[in-house]
Amino acid sequence: MADNVLSIEGLHKSFGGLKVIDDVGFAVKRGSRTALIGPNGAGKTTVFNLLTGVYPVDGGTMVLDGRDITRVPAKDRVIFGMSRSFQNIRLMPHLSTVENVMLGQHARARRLGDLLYPLGLVPGNRWARAAKEALEDAGLETYPGQVVANLPYGVQKRIEVVRAMISQPKLLLLDEPAAGLNQVEAQQLLALLEKVSASGVTLLVVEHDMHFVHNLCDHVAVLNFGKKIFEGTPAQVNDDPLVREAYLGSDTSMAGQQKAAPAAGAADAP
Amino acid sequence: MSGYLESQLIILCLNVIYAYGIFLPAASGQLNLGAAGFITIGAYSSAWINASGAPMYIAIPASMLFCAAIAFTIAFPILRTRGVYMVLATFAFAEVVAGLIINLEFLGAAAGYPVESHADYLVVVPVTVLVVLLCFILMSTRLGLAMRSIHDDEAVATLFGVDVRLAKVAAFTLGAALMSLGGALYGHHYNYIETQTFNVLLSIYILLYVLLGGTQTAWGPLVGAAFFTVVPEALRQIATASGHAWIADSRFIIFGAIIVLMMVFRPEGLVTRTMVDRAATPFGGGRSGAAPAARAA
Repeated sequence: MADNVLSIEGLHKSFGGLKVIDDVGFAVKRGSRTALIGPNGAGKTTVFNLLTGVYPVDGGTMVLDGRDITRVPAKDRVIFGMSRSFQNIRLMPHLSTVENVMLGQHARARRLGDLLYPLGLVPGNRWARAAKEALEDAGLETYPGQVVANLPYGVQKRIEVVRAMISQPKLLLLDEPAAGLNQVEAQQLLALLEKVSASGVTLLVVEHDMHFVHNLCDHVAVLNFGKKIFEGTPAQVNDDPLVREAYLGSDTSMAGQQKAAPAAGAADAP
Repeated sequence: MSGYLESQLIILCLNVIYAYGIFLPAASGQLNLGAAGFITIGAYSSAWINASGAPMYIAIPASMLFCAAIAFTIAFPILRTRGVYMVLATFAFAEVVAGLIINLEFLGAAAGYPVESHADYLVVVPVTVLVVLLCFILMSTRLGLAMRSIHDDEAVATLFGVDVRLAKVAAFTLGAALMSLGGALYGHHYNYIETQTFNVLLSIYILLYVLLGGTQTAWGPLVGAAFFTVVPEALRQIATASGHAWIADSRFIIFGAIIVLMMVFRPEGLVTRTMVDRAATPFGGGRSGAAPAARAA
């Protein structure tokens, strides 16, 4: 189906005797904002790790924008149009903000001439300029020699999104983007993701914060114990008995408290 | 230039070249304790090619190519090891090289090997400057950015399209070529080489120059090698000048104490990324700050 930017079929993954992903299949429509939710340990991050090639799959196929990426090495998948952010921030602590974003350009700069271009010695070269512009577009100021390790958590989360976006993905995978953010930071991130989505990039979001999911996403898939138990709209998900049993709880007003964010006060119940 | 200053300058230059040879892999997260092995290969191969009739200016680049070819070959098994195991694997490599040379009669075996052409400081110093410049340029390129990313987080670098294995092999091989250059220059300057000179203590010192100098920027090995070459000599000079012989006698104790203090107070090396940035933008440097002192290499 041409209007699916990603389709997964019959995905299997076991670690030893433990079936982490058991016959999972779903499709992500082009331009959609799909959420992947479920209790801790349901296999959401594993799905991301299979998609990005961190682990090889045991079975099933993954098709990205019409191309089978199931056996493509991890370093080449970003070229096919997929990029991600991480559950725990994984910016490079010893690189500056701009250099972190320039790492995101790597997939588009693999010719020998690009690899040997002295980025750090030519002030205002096009790579550095593009990285700075991308940061400014996301509302992030940069300072010369700014090391990311000292920046506030919410800013680092947004830098991760900028780094992922500068590889020009068709599909952006976000692993718990709102976790640990306060209300203001979550709003800033939401605004950034709205902007990303409006530019035509498809979003696939793992998130526990149901308030955030309702605000951002138009489609939801639910995993539980490695199996898909629901797929539909965010409005339907609240009424599904299986999902309520497995994840949301019987009273939907409790949904916001289910999230496992390290910092408190990230979201209130809807 | 006085003979003493010239001899110190040569030692400094050689140490700087060796240090960059270890720095390139270290900047991409690899601990290489095999410096002596690559230096030996460089010194002996250049000397042998020179003895076979080729001029020094051909023998030295040829020895670099030869050493790079060996490094490229062993890079694949060695780079499968990590951390302390890589230290052991590279150390083992250096021991194998020493063991081979000492049994090769045509290279003089245990008696050492004379080297024909002479390279004075007019050769050694410009070559060293060139090596330093090249390493600074290399670290500023996208390949350098990829190497530093691998040092910080290999898995994430991969996901952004960095060919981690290629970058690591490139860093290891280029580093070996530089150490070979240093070894060849050593041979041509002193005109006599023996394997015992290139022992594990040399490998340890070079790795220390790099780790204590700092692996985050290209300044690290330069500062580290200069510090470690100049300070012990300076202590000796101070002792002679001031008449306190105990300083000369205990200079290695003082030196050891300095190393320990450096590891305590500068765990990421003498020169860090933040320090260079602050020096580069003394006014309006904005909100920069120290990176967390998490990983030293």
